[in-house]
Amino acid sequence: MSERERLTRLFEEKAKAVSALVSTVASMDQALAYALDVCDKKQACQLLVSGCELPLSGTGEALCETKQQKVLAAPGLERETFAKLKGLAAERGVLCIDTGMRQHLGGVDIAFTVADFGIAETGTLVFDSDSEEQRLATMIAEFHLAVLPVSKIREKSFDLEEELLVLLRKSPNYTAFVTGASRTADIERVLALGVHGPLELHILLLED
Amino acid sequence: MQTAKDIKEYRAELREALDNEFLRQAMDKFAVAYRGSRAKAFAGMDLKGLIADVAQAKDGAAQRMDELLAEFTAKAEAAGVKVHVARTALEANEIIAAIAKENGVKKIVKSKSMTAEEIHLNDHLEAQGYEVTETDLGEWIIQLRHEGPTHMVMPAIHLSRYQVADLFSEVTQQKQEVDIEKLVKVARRELRPKYVEADMGVSGANVAVAETGSLGMITNEGNGRLVTTLPRVHVALVGLDKLTATLRDALRIIQVLPRNATGQAISSYVTWIKGCNECAAAPGGRKVHHIVFLDNGRRALARDPLFSQVLRCVRCGACANVCPVYRLVGGHKYGHIYIGAIGLILTYFFHGRDKAKNLVQNCINCGACKDVCAAGIDLPMLIKEIHARIQDEEGHPVPSTLLAKVLRNRKLFHTLLRSAKLAQKPLASGGYIRHLPMIFSKEQNFRSLPVIAPKAFRDLWPRIRPEAKAARLKVALFSGCVQDFVYPEQCVAAVNVVAGRGAALDFPMEQSCCGLPVLMMGEMAAARDVAQQNISALDPGKYDYILTLCASCASHLKHGYQKLLGDDPAWAVRARQFADKVIDFSSFARDVLRLAPEDFRQGGGSVTYHAPCHLCRGLGVVETPRDLLRTAGLEYKPAEEEDVCCGFGGTFSVKFPELSAELLAKKLANAEATGAAALVTDCPGCVMQLRGGLERKGSPMLVRHMAEVLAQQLK
Repeated sequence: MSERERLTRLFEEKAKAVSALVSTVASMDQALAYALDVCDKKQACQLLVSGCELPLSGTGEALCETKQQKVLAAPGLERETFAKLKGLAAERGVLCIDTGMRQHLGGVDIAFTVADFGIAETGTLVFDSDSEEQRLATMIAEFHLAVLPVSKIREKSFDLEEELLVLLRKSPNYTAFVTGASRTADIERVLALGVHGPLELHILLLED
Repeated sequence: MQTAKDIKEYRAELREALDNEFLRQAMDKFAVAYRGSRAKAFAGMDLKGLIADVAQAKDGAAQRMDELLAEFTAKAEAAGVKVHVARTALEANEIIAAIAKENGVKKIVKSKSMTAEEIHLNDHLEAQGYEVTETDLGEWIIQLRHEGPTHMVMPAIHLSRYQVADLFSEVTQQKQEVDIEKLVKVARRELRPKYVEADMGVSGANVAVAETGSLGMITNEGNGRLVTTLPRVHVALVGLDKLTATLRDALRIIQVLPRNATGQAISSYVTWIKGCNECAAAPGGRKVHHIVFLDNGRRALARDPLFSQVLRCVRCGACANVCPVYRLVGGHKYGHIYIGAIGLILTYFFHGRDKAKNLVQNCINCGACKDVCAAGIDLPMLIKEIHARIQDEEGHPVPSTLLAKVLRNRKLFHTLLRSAKLAQKPLASGGYIRHLPMIFSKEQNFRSLPVIAPKAFRDLWPRIRPEAKAARLKVALFSGCVQDFVYPEQCVAAVNVVAGRGAALDFPMEQSCCGLPVLMMGEMAAARDVAQQNISALDPGKYDYILTLCASCASHLKHGYQKLLGDDPAWAVRARQFADKVIDFSSFARDVLRLAPEDFRQGGGSVTYHAPCHLCRGLGVVETPRDLLRTAGLEYKPAEEEDVCCGFGGTFSVKFPELSAELLAKKLANAEATGAAALVTDCPGCVMQLRGGLERKGSPMLVRHMAEVLAQQLK
């Protein structure tokens, strides 16, 4: 097994252990197809966002009602890739955006992003999140789909120290480590996914 | 929160907590599950090495606190941040309120911060008319209930899903189902508008990296990311102890903290924030960002040779997770704001003597917290030290002074024990005290107390002293008071095991109590005096080993004496020499005498084991006694939670009988569930507690000291 394969397998194992859904894609086109497939097949692109079916207070209801359309947020993609995704989304009647995330705080169905690095030991994705759009998309979406080029996987966080220092030395900077979905065990220590952030994290390992 | 005026009121509160059936069950489940998930999280890692690395990094940072603060401030201010340093809790509150005012803030969202709890920030802001919403699920729940956290990581661990459903029904004015998944979703939707409407977000930080000027935040829910992104103003409240020199040090802390806190390899989110990031809601599109560093006594701690290690704490909460007392009574009774062993200590420094004085007495000294600490803090020792200081500040209670006086004078102490033997006669039968004298309350009745033996070991010694023929080793026996005066037969058994195996045994008559009981009572001066007496009596230069059958004595002789006398130039070397020679009975039997299966008869029945705290954690002797049991031809049946405290804790069981009784009940249930005929242990204190409990229950299970079972099995 090559070192690269070893790290990829370790990453996959550790990410799955924290409830991430991991798949392999051969190209960015395949990743886009995956995103739209998730839209089609899963419940994510239903209008109702998670929790809005429950009895809520007036303010809770009101924010739910601001969501009028299926939304796919894909900030930070290369221009051509975004154009392609937007076209495919439009065919299905899905709004695809890369800016204006604050207009969609009621709920975004899917965030589609590309990770900067992966840490195999913990199944962690690293995102340069200086862009507010990038941050909000990955915080507010129900499902977060992230493409991770396998060449960017390192074994430990310490193996990324130099790269992280480059990010952290920027001024200003917002860097995010993301490992699995948003989770809590605050009620009776029962694990529940999707408290404030995504309910599901999908990782698409891109052979590059 | 601590409101009890005195120990009596505090004990009444403890009894109330013990009656909370849900809390008890939740805590038991958690204690057992935590142990497994933590072990899994650290599997294959050099845990001791990691802990040492964290300790070193944090110690270094504490020593360079002001230097790191200056470096951090320069980097952060260059990125547009305004950095403040608050000397006190009040100053921090005022700085944060002023930032809110200056920015025309009305609504504030918060992510979880123990430091904000420390300074009661919400109360201060609410009093000035701001609407403050906690967004961490557990924190939101306790905020709505107007109570404090009961765990540093899981603040609402004391509440049931039913209580949360009722609470959320009230908040939404809609009937909520008792379904955790759904309740979490309700919180998700109810809190989302709070982020949208908020003008200011308040967060804490787990690390502040000086070399880059970045804050690092460890969260699971994702609320920390929203709190620091959506509102136009972000204020981070950070203890000065969170400064780290380098990113590498910060990564080290992040490697250990979630694993030790919840058994997670890493939390869902680790967020690094530096400077005024992009924020569409803010004027000019850049976040208004302030960092308030809190001193509140941290700088003073950093300069203290003993207590500076308190600043190593990474707030993982593990010391509560493993504490047998926390497990019984929960965080509201086992802390003020900060909870668990570290909470007992921090309460004294951050919230004062009044809040700490009862708490610090409620440590059973089992060492589980020290063993689990992510930064290697000697928590039980610091708790005892604070207990002693509070007594020095407020005056020593009579029983404590009396005990200190008596123990300092060996002859007086031993004379009193001998007169007790006569005084107990009308009260005793069958080896137990049947009618507790009035000085004991009826709460002591949960276990039978043994009588003082007719003849102390020191009086038997001249007769049974074995002849040392061709001895290769010189060994001094240290009996401790319990074996000397209550269970001399255990020492006699040990003499029988050791005799004729090449060790010349000596029993120096000037030895006295090891001094642990006075240390537990906060009598430091007496503890030092007694330590010196014993080092003089058992001259380390004269012996190859100082053997003791009492795990508590052994651990105190080995580690306690060095802590008590290590700074005293007249005693430091001898205390170390002495410590080097101390050995527990099981290790002596297995590793020095090299007892082998051929020394024993086979088929001695089934036994289970209780691992004394001061043996398995105090001395790190874990497998040795279990090996010995098998070597001695016994069928060893492991019990659940063998290494959890039996509830004795010396004077603890007298001071907090209700807690001691509960711990004992659990211990005995686990031992009896093995179906073994006998329960073996390595400490006369544990024997006293276990035997007394079984006798009171009328159980046929026997309790034996290791020396007794080995002597019985010898060919």
